[in-house]
Amino acid sequence: MARQPPYPARRQITPPAPSFLLPAPMPSPRDTLLARVTSALAPLPKRAPLPNWDNELVIMRQARGPVDAWTFFAERLKAVNGTPLASTTDLVATLTQGGWKHGYCDPALWDELRPAFDAAGGFNVETTFDRARIDDYQFCITAATAGIAETGTLVLSDLDTSRRLAALSPWVHVAVLRRAQIHIDVPAAIAALPQDPNVIWCTGPSKTADVEGILIEGVHGPGIQIALLLG
Amino acid sequence: MALQQIDQFSAKLRPETRASVYDGSKKGHEKRTSVLFDHYPDPDHLRRLAGNIKQHVVENLDTLLPAAAAALERNGVKVHWASTAEEANAAVLAIMRARNATKMVKAKTMVSEETHLADYLGKNGVECVETDLGEFIIQIDGDHPSHIVKPIIHKNRRDIATSFEKNGLGAYNDDPQTITRRARAHLRKKYLEADVGLTGANFVTTDTGRLVLVTNEGNSRFCLAATPCHIAMVGIEKLLPRETDLGLYLNLLARSGTGQQLTVYTEFISGPRSATQPDGPEEMHVIFVDNGRTDALASDCREILRCIRCGACLNVCPVYRQASGHAYRSVYPGPVGAVLSPLLAGERFPELADLPKASSLCGACNEVCPVNIPIPDLLLRLRNRGKQEGSKAAAAGTPPMGAWSLLASQPFVWKTSLLAGNSLNYIPKSLIPVPPMQTWLRDRTLPAWRGGAFRKWLANRPTPPAAK
Ligand code: SF4
Repeated sequence: MARQPPYPARRQITPPAPSFLLPAPMPSPRDTLLARVTSALAPLPKRAPLPNWDNELVIMRQARGPVDAWTFFAERLKAVNGTPLASTTDLVATLTQGGWKHGYCDPALWDELRPAFDAAGGFNVETTFDRARIDDYQFCITAATAGIAETGTLVLSDLDTSRRLAALSPWVHVAVLRRAQIHIDVPAAIAALPQDPNVIWCTGPSKTADVEGILIEGVHGPGIQIALLLG
Repeated sequence: MALQQIDQFSAKLRPETRASVYDGSKKGHEKRTSVLFDHYPDPDHLRRLAGNIKQHVVENLDTLLPAAAAALERNGVKVHWASTAEEANAAVLAIMRARNATKMVKAKTMVSEETHLADYLGKNGVECVETDLGEFIIQIDGDHPSHIVKPIIHKNRRDIATSFEKNGLGAYNDDPQTITRRARAHLRKKYLEADVGLTGANFVTTDTGRLVLVTNEGNSRFCLAATPCHIAMVGIEKLLPRETDLGLYLNLLARSGTGQQLTVYTEFISGPRSATQPDGPEEMHVIFVDNGRTDALASDCREILRCIRCGACLNVCPVYRQASGHAYRSVYPGPVGAVLSPLLAGERFPELADLPKASSLCGACNEVCPVNIPIPDLLLRLRNRGKQEGSKAAAAGTPPMGAWSLLASQPFVWKTSLLAGNSLNYIPKSLIPVPPMQTWLRDRTLPAWRGGAFRKWLANRPTPPAAK
């Protein structure tokens, strides 16, 4: 790798006056820190090289061989206590069963989902999210950017997910996923990380084992994480 | 002769605490092993590879740090530099003052523990709320974390229920589910009211300038969904050269730390929220913190800077399991702490120079470490340094070797003492009239004395067949 000079270029544009006439310039915090790094490394006769490696290495045994992306995804999501659902009818049934009737839905998805909710009846679904009432929403439906099958992970991003809070604060979060969006493994998902200031991978419901190592779900985020396959 | 401080501490440990720590760490270790070996044919190969990449990072920080800073700046992040804990804390406060901010919600970051950020902000009129469940309980208790991944491994549910009751979080109830729900309700209000969310970083990619955060509870995500300003305190060694390296490290970190394939939340942050997103920070700051790391970098123990803070070496360590984290008297306990804490301590090195001795050098920590740090070797190098610097802490619990070297250098005296030693087999060990031996024998046993047996065998051994 090309070595860069330890100091930023702006150091070199000090005025060309005799240095004894000027007060010594205070080094910036950046210069101070980097100078310490440089001098700590100076005695090293050579530096450790950067090894290349093959993605194959980190693909789980279980993800090898031909797999149907959604089937595999659903199996792995269940393994982390998530809930894969393959139709809006299943979604409405699940919400009804849990008694979760008040929710929010990303307006861009509502047209597609609405018929199933209307058919079941009794739901109150808002398409704007009011941060002053976050505890009113028992469920929120937002769009996923992608999925990762080998880990049962839902990928959300700033550009695709209508509200960060809606995907986090309700007890039930539903992420809408399309078959073509599912990556098989983690390296594939890393290679396809969206150009987005914020990407988050959600693997099952929010959880803790802080108290005596006992697993509790729904700590700060959702207690129920649903992946809804649409198309 | 005094006992080592770690022994003194562990002798006074409550039996319940010892049990909590022992069970918690043992469970963590077992999960790690089963998941790693179930998922990968050769996890050791992955550990060595991850170690080599991180060693490259450590030895090239002089070029990688400016590159990472430039990438972050391209992404719209304001980058700050802090050589000391004081500078890091002051940088946080300055950012807050510039925004007239008085309320912070904080995710778990070990660097902020190093700098005692919460105390500092409290003294400067900033309310700083810990949001990780474990850290929150530590905060209301005025306690300290005792594990880098499971901060309250030393507490049981009754301890926690008692402190919730004391702090007005409902009547005594030691059901873990109830405890968690109460914290959930209490902390949501704090997120929504806060002006600033503070996190650490598990990794920073040098090529693309993404900060990667892994958590399970969703608290750091809440900090970044509810507040308008994000500050990240990042140790200078957290860099990865390439974004693609994340595939390796994310897979290793969760499996090593908690036995999960991935933690629940893995967040990739490369700047303030996008224009179309209503939630999240409009401003993002990264503070690169040295605080002793360049001392470690200049030392012959720089391998410790590869550490990705997974906690696996704590879980597997027989000394940690018996002594618990607080026995290490510093932010980083266990094997990693025994190396890192004295190095980060700077001039206070001699005070912590006993920590490298709190190890049987069994090597288990090296074997589980996802970045293959040769911890036992580093412990030996630090023992040597403690001796060179004449640290009193390092000398505690060590039998003086002067008498032994006198005997060993004079063949006649040595032979006589070997035979005389046989009498030790007939008197109880507790009566051996050498006080340093008494301390040493408190936790150890001696085999039966067989003085002279080897010499006798050597003299009478059958002549080996002549080499051809
Ligand atoms: S030293 Fe290795 S095993 Fe220990 S916490 Fe660091 S990365 Fe994990």
